[in-house]
Amino acid sequence: MNAKSDSAKRICLTTGLTICRQAEFFVKANAVLAVVFLLIGGIAAILLALTRWQTVHLLPVDWFYRIITLHGINMLLFWILFFEVAILYFVVTTLLNVRLASRAIAWVSLSMMLTGAVMVDVTILVGKADVMLSSYLPLLAHPAFYLGIILVAVGTLIGVINFFATLYKAKKEKTYEGSVPLVVFGATAAAIIAVVTLLHGAVVMVPTFLHSVGLIAQPDPQWYRLIWWGLGHMSQQVNVCAMVAVWYFLATVTTGAKPLNEAVCRSAFVLYILFINLASAHHLLVDPGVGAGWKIWNTSYAMYLAVLASMMHGFTVPASVEVAMRHKGYIRGLFGWLTGAPWRNPGFSAFFLSLIIFGFLGGITGVTLGTQQINIIAHNTLRIPGHFHVTVVGGTTLAFMGLTYYLVPLLWQREYIFKPLARLQPYLFGIGIVTLSVGMSFAGSMGVARRSWDIEAAGSIYGPTAHLFLGLVGIGGILAFLALFLYVGLTVGTLLFGRRIVGRAMEDWGTPKVLSTSAGHDHPAPIQAGAGVVATVHPTQGTMVLAIVFLISFAVYYFANWKALADVWPVR
Amino acid sequence: MKIMSEESSSSLQCPAPGWFQAPSGNERTWIGMAVVWCLILSVMMPYWHFRGKQNSTGEAYKVKPADFIKRVEKFVLANTGVESLVEEGIAPVVPAPPGEIYLLAKQFAWFPILKLRAGETYRLHISSADFQHGFSLLPMNMNFQIVPGYDHVLTITPQAPGTYHIVCNEFCGIGHQNMVGKIIVE
Repeated sequence: MNAKSDSAKRICLTTGLTICRQAEFFVKANAVLAVVFLLIGGIAAILLALTRWQTVHLLPVDWFYRIITLHGINMLLFWILFFEVAILYFVVTTLLNVRLASRAIAWVSLSMMLTGAVMVDVTILVGKADVMLSSYLPLLAHPAFYLGIILVAVGTLIGVINFFATLYKAKKEKTYEGSVPLVVFGATAAAIIAVVTLLHGAVVMVPTFLHSVGLIAQPDPQWYRLIWWGLGHMSQQVNVCAMVAVWYFLATVTTGAKPLNEAVCRSAFVLYILFINLASAHHLLVDPGVGAGWKIWNTSYAMYLAVLASMMHGFTVPASVEVAMRHKGYIRGLFGWLTGAPWRNPGFSAFFLSLIIFGFLGGITGVTLGTQQINIIAHNTLRIPGHFHVTVVGGTTLAFMGLTYYLVPLLWQREYIFKPLARLQPYLFGIGIVTLSVGMSFAGSMGVARRSWDIEAAGSIYGPTAHLFLGLVGIGGILAFLALFLYVGLTVGTLLFGRRIVGRAMEDWGTPKVLSTSAGHDHPAPIQAGAGVVATVHPTQGTMVLAIVFLISFAVYYFANWKALADVWPVR
Repeated sequence: MKIMSEESSSSLQCPAPGWFQAPSGNERTWIGMAVVWCLILSVMMPYWHFRGKQNSTGEAYKVKPADFIKRVEKFVLANTGVESLVEEGIAPVVPAPPGEIYLLAKQFAWFPILKLRAGETYRLHISSADFQHGFSLLPMNMNFQIVPGYDHVLTITPQAPGTYHIVCNEFCGIGHQNMVGKIIVE
């Protein structure tokens, strides 16, 4: 593959992908800012973990609530939104070989987002917005807090529109033939959900802002909850969608996996777009004023179609890895493809750990806690953050970290520094987050509240076991923070001191070699499908066994929770 | 790696024409299993509404915080001997079952202490005088959202005798962690 010296584009010598120089700056800028906000959120996280660990109890009370607000907003909004805009620009310009629709619009988007984010963080740190991420009315923050969030939301929306315009440009200029690649399709699904999400954000934040400057009366707090969660929960579904697209990306670059069936993967993304918007209801399951019928409809009939989509991706992604690995000759037993996988490659380990943590822990707890009646024994306890730290952190953040190990050499053309540490980082982060989540979930099962500075006022209600699990939260938090710090340090260090690799391919992180002795014995057998198109039956027994183990774990956890619910006071 | 040069398309390339195919093999089996599981999940919630004893119906009535406070005061007056002890959180209110009982959430206390009888069913009205609060009844770990302007009605049947605590689990201000109340069941 020759490196073209076209000034507008360059060819990546590792992947053969075309990098659009004009978009490159914005991908880099958004990604770097994302990591800065991740670091702010991470420092907040370790302070919180060390405060909830009752033995350490680090922060004073007002700072605890201030830092929780800072943590939630930087992690769930800023880190994720900035990184997602980077992913959108990167995916569309690189995979469709097109220039970004507008640099001017990209500038507007970036500067609005950055201004808004700085406004929000400063307002929180000077103590004018101790209202949590959700800022439930009648709690009221300084107007700059709401204005900052509006700026970030609108800025992101403008970036997303730039993505759609670029997509249209590629179509019009015929830079690709047929359908867009799967990763672009997944990113587009994420972008569509982002638009709906950010519109909810505008609907709820604009009146709240106007109220905060005294122009209108206070909006109804229950109305606020309904619409705010249209922003709050759906923005996490943008993450899910982007994360799944990253899974497909990393599965391909680390093992050479290809989608088993494009139609299945794409249908699953469409299910996300259609049904995920109802998940706002998950936060209102024990609320006054919304009836049982509404709660059930929104969380069951429609929502489980989105669960179905995740279960489809959860099978098809590892199955595609299994097929690719068997194709390379890793055919021993049910799991030879898995043990032979490139576990020392941080791109692979981050992706596969993200898949397992998201599915087994995040998915199972999410569906169970989001069951209307079971929510009675979970709402606002530590079980809730116990759930979403294994979706959005152990899932999304870990996948984005894995992507970084490829994105940085590809964009900055530098080799990672201290590679052995980078190989260790996804494991350390995964173990830390799982420990934290287990601690939170068990403490929450004993009724320990989320977002609470201290459990001592409640006296001996909880007992020593709750303290033990809060200690686990502290230890998990320390491990995860170390791994996060390692990630930021290695990445920033690489940008500054990494060996330049202009003009050649990056060093392979480790991709499985084709086993010459057995290769070719396990090729998928072609069979004739309708209309003369050749379809294939793939060897995916190992994944099927994992999937069945998953389903059994799911059923056990789900029905155990119904049993726990049946033991509490009758209520209706 | 050479991901761009394999014969069939990867997730980074445009798929070959005719990619829209029905799933086959294990993938098809798994999707079938997942659909069945989703149907089971969907049926469980309506089923529990008819057969289970713990449901959140969201029964609620709009009420101005000031009006709700008056109702709570009236309820306390009607069901107590020494009012000042109730006000100070020393003595409980002992309403006769079954009936309408009231609980007020405010920064940073639950008012009043209620003394209920096991096995009897009460209609518990809860609302807030100021901010949103979380009603978390321990050690059972039963949780409901309390929103100002809404009288949230829980029809509850206390079970075993004992002292139960109500902990606020919705952030309501800097003293939030001290907001602990009591329900006594005899």
